Amino acid sequence: MILLLVLAAAGLLTFLTRLSFVALLGRVEVPAVLVRALRFVPPAVLSAIVANEVLVRDGAVDFTTGNLRLIAAAVATAIALFTRNVFLTIGAGMAALWTLQAVLAP
Amino acid sequence: MSGAPPPPTPRRELLEGCRDELPLLLGVVPFGMIYGVLALGAGLDRPTAQAMSSVVFAGSAQLVATQLVREGTPALVLVLTLFVVNLRHALYSASVAPYVRHLPLRWKLALAYLLTDEAYAVAGSRYARDGASAGPVSPHRHWYFLGAGFTLWLSWQLSTAAGVFLGAAIPATWSLDFTLALTFIALVFPTLKDRAAGAAALAAAAVAVLAVGLPFKLGLIVAAFGGIAAGLLVEGRRT
Repeated sequence: MILLLVLAAAGLLTFLTRLSFVALLGRVEVPAVLVRALRFVPPAVLSAIVANEVLVRDGAVDFTTGNLRLIAAAVATAIALFTRNVFLTIGAGMAALWTLQAVLAP
Repeated sequence: MSGAPPPPTPRRELLEGCRDELPLLLGVVPFGMIYGVLALGAGLDRPTAQAMSSVVFAGSAQLVATQLVREGTPALVLVLTLFVVNLRHALYSASVAPYVRHLPLRWKLALAYLLTDEAYAVAGSRYARDGASAGPVSPHRHWYFLGAGFTLWLSWQLSTAAGVFLGAAIPATWSLDFTLALTFIALVFPTLKDRAAGAAALAAAAVAVLAVGLPFKLGLIVAAFGGIAAGLLVEGRRT
């Protein structure tokens, strides 16, 4: 039930964000600093999520070689930098993780 | 001006918009399926997982939502985080606003609903092309936007359905939730166009790690704002 409310609220907010300037253009002046700030939303959000997914295990930071996802993410990062290809990046990262899990599994 | 071709009809604009969106589906359809799989893995039931694809209709926000639901994030923080993740759409809204300002409200509402990353990529580049050419501008360009947006919408719904259908059959030992981090690793590099954007990314990642202990899973929001502040600081220093 609460999840459905979350869904409705998130959907409404997303829609209003997309509608914002389309509806308001010519009626209100948009602060320049806001327009400048919006450009940094994608890099900030994406890298924060990656850091959280890769470096945090069970609520604690794991910056050791025992963190297989960290190693696999490093492989994926190299592939992303060299190929700029989303599918190769996902494929290389999953292959690295599966290989590490298979080799190191007890 | 007997030599000038007649302006394209709404129907032709619509079909061209659909056609120009097709190459992007190669990237969208797997994400829709990944989302469907991860949503079930996070414990969402099938109707809710499918509904999110039409109600929120934003790929990266939906992927983040599956992660937050899995971690048991409080509802308010979940809504706030999705809002921040989707803030970039305000940029697209600002970008297309001058081209749709003459349209009736129902068109503005429909096109705003369809204004995803991929629809913007196609419609926005059309507006840019029109601006660069000397010829007369088609009066039915909004049909092109509608065609691109609708094509994306339909394929997102169908690929979600496919993922939701497959989701139950995929065991957790496959670690498919890792595809979320991998997807975002691939997506973040094209956004790092200058030092300021790089600073935003690094600062956000650092804050995300430092903020792990924050209550209510507020870490992601704090990290996002930390990254935005760092980006503005570096940009301000260089200009």
